[in-house]
Amino acid sequence: MIEIKGLHKGFDGTPILKGIDAVFEPTITSLIIGQSGSGKTVFLKTMLGLHQPDSGIISFNGKSTADMSINEKRQLKQDIGMVFQGSALFDSLTVEENVMFPLKMFTKQSKEEMLERVNFVLNRVNLVNSNKKFPAELSGGMQKRVAIARAIVTKPKYLFCDEPNSGLDPRTAIVIDNLIQEITDEYKITTVINTHDMNSVMEIGEKIIFLKDGYKEWEGNSNDIFKTDNEAVVNFVYSSNLFKKVRKLYQDE
Amino acid sequence: MTYIKSIGAYAIMLTSVFRRPQKRQIFREAVFKEIDDLGIKSIGIVAFISFFIGGVVAIQTALNLEDPMIPKDLIGFATKRSMILEFSSTFVMVILAGKVGSYITSSIGAMRVSEQIDALEVMGINSLNYLVLPKIIATVLFYPFIVLLAMTLGIFGGWVAGVVTGLFEQQDYVSGIRIDFDPSLIQYSLIKSVVFAFLIATIPSYFGYYVKGGSLEVGRASTNAVVWTIVMIIISNYFLTQMLLS
Repeated sequence: MIEIKGLHKGFDGTPILKGIDAVFEPTITSLIIGQSGSGKTVFLKTMLGLHQPDSGIISFNGKSTADMSINEKRQLKQDIGMVFQGSALFDSLTVEENVMFPLKMFTKQSKEEMLERVNFVLNRVNLVNSNKKFPAELSGGMQKRVAIARAIVTKPKYLFCDEPNSGLDPRTAIVIDNLIQEITDEYKITTVINTHDMNSVMEIGEKIIFLKDGYKEWEGNSNDIFKTDNEAVVNFVYSSNLFKKVRKLYQDE
Repeated sequence: MTYIKSIGAYAIMLTSVFRRPQKRQIFREAVFKEIDDLGIKSIGIVAFISFFIGGVVAIQTALNLEDPMIPKDLIGFATKRSMILEFSSTFVMVILAGKVGSYITSSIGAMRVSEQIDALEVMGINSLNYLVLPKIIATVLFYPFIVLLAMTLGIFGGWVAGVVTGLFEQQDYVSGIRIDFDPSLIQYSLIKSVVFAFLIATIPSYFGYYVKGGSLEVGRASTNAVVWTIVMIIISNYFLTQMLLS
């Protein structure tokens, strides 16, 4: 479980996160949504330790990151898998080497054991016969699959995804969303996804946190979000004609 | 103020770079890869330039020696001294600052803007140590050999120029090379090459690692990295020369 209390973060005197409280529970796919510039990515990166918080508490399984020793922090990082917006695969490494990289860095497994695990996770994300390809030779959806495989290869307890659907067609986006949710259930991990994709919200939004101007504006699930009267959420969700029609249907019911 | 900030950030970067590598085997592999990328792949251009510059220095010296009182073996002597003292260490390193420096900045910068460095950090890897230390080790270990190669080929290029143009006798050139041979000058040149190799590995890494923005900024950072590396090579050359030769 991840608990966030009173998280503040700013850059060059400009506050970005303004006292966010949140709880992310295991086996639940939690979504952080909001407009561009609302602080989603900064929130995610601050949780991951890529940005130092100005104030507030970030706890993983009841232990605040501020109270962790260097070894505990190192261990925590090995329990975290991350899928970046642009996949962030290492260009100079093949698919197999990319996925094997965390194993090579942090385990003492033999080459055969590592290969077995790599092939297992690549199969799990439905990516076969691509082991020797380089990231540049893959489509966007395939790159996301490799990124997910790399994120889960060390059996992490926490999975973070920053805009996993960006740049993907709606069909592939749904496949990736479902894959993330299946992995969350299967490995009993705590998953946090940053998105502004309403399809994701409808597909896998077991818990949704809506950020606006650095504040947590609203919290609920994929059913609640279509019924809420919160103006900021309504403006965000019903910004497209498709969802305006969905809202009308809900209201008619 | 910006310069002072940058010098501070560069020093802080170095403190993160000089840590014990997390996995020795991976570090060893990275060093060999960098020796190949930054060293072996630069041999061709260094050999080409050294050979012809050696020839040009010999021809120019020969053409300027009109006074019959000046011994002809001065051509070999001047070529040898030019190649050992300045060309092989300083100018070859300036060339490498352009070739290798832009490669280092653009490769690390591309990793920064595509979040690959963030990915390393999230995994718990000291990205500066992982990316920069192998480059420093590779250049500091390998560039002295490149400098020795440049010296040899430059002097050889001078000899070939004599054979091809007939401007001076081979015996004069060879005896000129042998006059007043001082091994400490080679040592001086190699010490300089180690310092310059360190600058070539670290300054472009700094510019690449801290780049912000997109591909345009990476391009700008590459240009700045090359300019500043060359400036620092020239300045440190001045002080090293004074320290080591005076």
